[in-house]
Amino acid sequence: MIAPGRERFRALALVLPLLVFILITFIAPLATMLVRSVHDPVVADALPATLASLDGWDGEGLPDEAAYEAIARELVQAREDRTLGQVAGRVNRVQSGLRSVFTRSARSLRDVTEGPWRDALEEIDEAWADPATWHAIRATGQRFTGRHYLNAVDMQRLPDGSVARQPEERRIYLPLLWRTLVVSAVITLLCLLLGYPVAHLIAHAPERRANLLLALVLVPFWTSLLVRTTAWIVLLQTQGVVNDLLVSIGLVGDDGRLAMIYNMTGTIIAMTHVLLPFMVLPLYSVMRAIPGQYMNAAASLGARPAQAFLRVYWPQTLPGVGAGSLLVFILAIGYYITPALVGGSSGQLISNMVAYHMQTSLNWGLAAALGGILLAGVLALYLLYDRLVGIERLSLG
Amino acid sequence: MTRARLLTLLAIAGAALPHNLDAQSITAVSWGGSYGRAVNQGVNIPFTGATGIQVNVEDYNGGLAQIRAQVSVGNIHWDVVDLEIADAVRGCDEGLLEPIDVGFLPPGADGTPAAEDFVPEGLTECGIGQLFWSTVYAYNADNIPGEKPTTMADFFDLEKFPGRRGMRRVPQVNLEFALIADGVPLEQVYAALSTREGLDRAFRKLETIKDQVVWWEAGAQPPQMLADGEVVMSTAYNGRIFNAQVLENQPFVIVWDGQLLDVGVLGIVAGTPRLDDAMRYLAFATSAESQARIGRRISYSPARRSGAPLVTTHVAAGVEMAPHMPATPENAARALRYDWEWWVDNQDELNERFSAWLAR
Amino acid sequence: MTAATGAPSAPPAPPRWLRGDTLGRFAYVAFCTLVFVFLVAPIVVIVPLSFNAEPYFTFTEGMLRFDPEAYSLRWYREILDNELWTRSLVNSLVIGVSATALATTLGTLAALGLASAAMPARRLVMGLLISPMITPVIISAAGMFFFYSSIGLGQTHLGLILAHTALGIPFVVITVTATLSGFDRNLTRAAASLGATPLHAFRKVQLPLIAPGVISGALFAFATSFDEVVVVLFMAGVEQRTIPRQMWAGIREQISPAILAVATFLIVFAGLLLVTVAWLRRRGRG
Repeated sequence: MIAPGRERFRALALVLPLLVFILITFIAPLATMLVRSVHDPVVADALPATLASLDGWDGEGLPDEAAYEAIARELVQAREDRTLGQVAGRVNRVQSGLRSVFTRSARSLRDVTEGPWRDALEEIDEAWADPATWHAIRATGQRFTGRHYLNAVDMQRLPDGSVARQPEERRIYLPLLWRTLVVSAVITLLCLLLGYPVAHLIAHAPERRANLLLALVLVPFWTSLLVRTTAWIVLLQTQGVVNDLLVSIGLVGDDGRLAMIYNMTGTIIAMTHVLLPFMVLPLYSVMRAIPGQYMNAAASLGARPAQAFLRVYWPQTLPGVGAGSLLVFILAIGYYITPALVGGSSGQLISNMVAYHMQTSLNWGLAAALGGILLAGVLALYLLYDRLVGIERLSLG
Repeated sequence: MTRARLLTLLAIAGAALPHNLDAQSITAVSWGGSYGRAVNQGVNIPFTGATGIQVNVEDYNGGLAQIRAQVSVGNIHWDVVDLEIADAVRGCDEGLLEPIDVGFLPPGADGTPAAEDFVPEGLTECGIGQLFWSTVYAYNADNIPGEKPTTMADFFDLEKFPGRRGMRRVPQVNLEFALIADGVPLEQVYAALSTREGLDRAFRKLETIKDQVVWWEAGAQPPQMLADGEVVMSTAYNGRIFNAQVLENQPFVIVWDGQLLDVGVLGIVAGTPRLDDAMRYLAFATSAESQARIGRRISYSPARRSGAPLVTTHVAAGVEMAPHMPATPENAARALRYDWEWWVDNQDELNERFSAWLAR
Repeated sequence: MTAATGAPSAPPAPPRWLRGDTLGRFAYVAFCTLVFVFLVAPIVVIVPLSFNAEPYFTFTEGMLRFDPEAYSLRWYREILDNELWTRSLVNSLVIGVSATALATTLGTLAALGLASAAMPARRLVMGLLISPMITPVIISAAGMFFFYSSIGLGQTHLGLILAHTALGIPFVVITVTATLSGFDRNLTRAAASLGATPLHAFRKVQLPLIAPGVISGALFAFATSFDEVVVVLFMAGVEQRTIPRQMWAGIREQISPAILAVATFLIVFAGLLLVTVAWLRRRGRG
């Protein structure tokens, strides 16, 4: 007999290596990212004296000469330390146009050795005579900030400290978030519509045929995502197989070829294809467990097929419908590859915006904040899934 | 499998990992596709032959993002980068690029000192001129029956020439093209862009074709999209279209009207641990001979005056290169010189506005 | 066959209301057939196209006439001759095999612990262990980029191996846990009471029983790594390019039929994986 205490210890000892591994290789990176969404020391580290001299500034007019001297010296220093680009980039996000003001000033200031600094700076660029510039420096100088989360929901903090919506033309994230939710819902619905009859067919087919049909569902599941995406590009492009087919049977004219890819249509078609197996499999396992005689009984009691289906069969499959739909929805809202490759500009989802801020705009704080929001959403859905279905029942193919 | 056997396996796998970076090698970043091949044959291979230094090639699509990312996380693996001039100047200001001493560059093919051999914009603090290149628009003659487009306005005319357009997914060039198409005289384009109304006007013009635009990023995409019929016309780097014409016999036609002429430069990423080798590469690659070797493989002309006479015919196709070069007088009759100074000041703001505009 | 007994493992007979040759039945089967076509046809279509003699992505007239001239192996030759593709294959294999070995070892051990009734906080631990599967990969990749760069593992094979191991672990944990849930723990106890050391008991009793689960978990982990592109996009330098990364570049930048040749290889590979896992599952069920 093994003592319960030892058994507990043994179980822990077996799990611990992996737990530590995951904590280091996965959870720590996620945590780093989330920290970045609220913590940014770059400006505070590069411009300490400037920020200190702004402590006494009332925020109304312009700061005093000490602040000008501090910024002049620290800009030159930042240029030498090669942090100028990062500082300028951050300030620029609060007050558009300041990046070039900063870099140009740092370049010109190399030749200036003594004050008055305010005149020197204002001569280089009149932005230095604008309080907004100083507000931007002060705002980005905070090590901990909720700015990125505000930005991620199309809000901003005004110089007086109040929170307001972004101007119309800069409100892009909430609409994109909404678009992501709508598209994911559409894809989930399509998967259900296509997957339900198929799962039913497989669940009630004789064993051998069922295995064969199940394999057909699993083919896309195992095939490389990039291969599947390539396949859709080949099929759907203007000179692609589907358009060629439509032209040759005369359904559309040669100059009326359909634009099915590099737009939202492409994203929806390709993602439905990619995610369909995740709908069919849970449905299938639930349907298999439904004894056929229920429906037969209903039929023999005189129920019409549609009635028998709605009253008897459909309610029993609801757990599968719930599990499959949630799974597809969770996967869809975080999808990146397929929209990036076949979505064009109108078929992009929130993940693509995260990638854009990670790789192109390098607004890592905002990328992290958008990621944090997305993560919170997925986590909430996942907890719901755990409650309804149970993560132990998450099965694979 | 026992743990020991597993560990052995892991050790073998570890030993088998490529370790090229330890050998003397640098990473040269260029624009891929047919231009990338021209650089490879015209510069990289001769450079390795002359110095023994291996050149790892990596492709990118312009911009400073990857360099900024590398410098800010302190993990520099790019050494020499083929840059747009505006990016080189901005990168220099931000401390992302190494300053380069002109004295280090070899004299021209005719012995002219480097400082006089380069065209003026070819010598910036951190970027050394390589080639003249231009953005034009082109179409596939097979896919446009009847009347052919000839002006920049035609590119934006969906009624006369229906069908999708390819455009690069950046604000630069597109805004200029939009104003040229909208009737702004070439010499007033940047003055107009400097005003709020002019900028709005450019975006409004782009808006008129937005639904029909397929956005590209890599220079290799436009010829591909034209060949596939994915778009009826596309903006493109002139050299890519030329190569598709002469090497793949594609029925592409370049419309030179309103072309945007620019100089491409090479820069070195600041803080690279391979600075010496990178400098050697840069000096070699910007020599008149190297520039001419590229010019004989793709229609971009040397940024050194002494390089131009060395470009004669295409190495494989044998065609005379001069009529295909963007700076040739016939082609440049209605060319706009890219105002990189304007873009240095406005790039960030417009990147932002442009991507917000795209996302809407 | 009339379903009289309710044996849970026997597949239920098709319900009577679907057995008649009605119009409804016809529509139902036709619809399902279309869905199957939707699932499989896109993948099948690109296989013949990879033998296209022309650099196009559609069936040329010659191909439709089955003219042998219209078919060729040129794209296969092109990828085999291209050092970029062969090098990325090596990278994919090195990273995939190492990540699979790590994930399978750690994941199987953990699954054994998780199966124990004495395991404390099992739900929470299980949640943490499978979190890499739930987290949108773009978020994982972003976090990994920051974290691995900061500890000096950016642009290294080791960094990618660790990252891919993390992504593969949930699959191993899930499949092995699933096999273990049908496993009679009294067997290990019996072996222990007969004097077997725990390790011996594990190798002789448990391992053979859970082997199908372990192997299919390993296959899942390998397939995950072999198909992973987002983390690679964020973390890999030119030295760590993998097959999917190379395909990504090809699709985004210069899509040539060579991509289809690679895709065909990967389809064959997927077919093999599919058959193996199906076979293992049947064995696992006994």
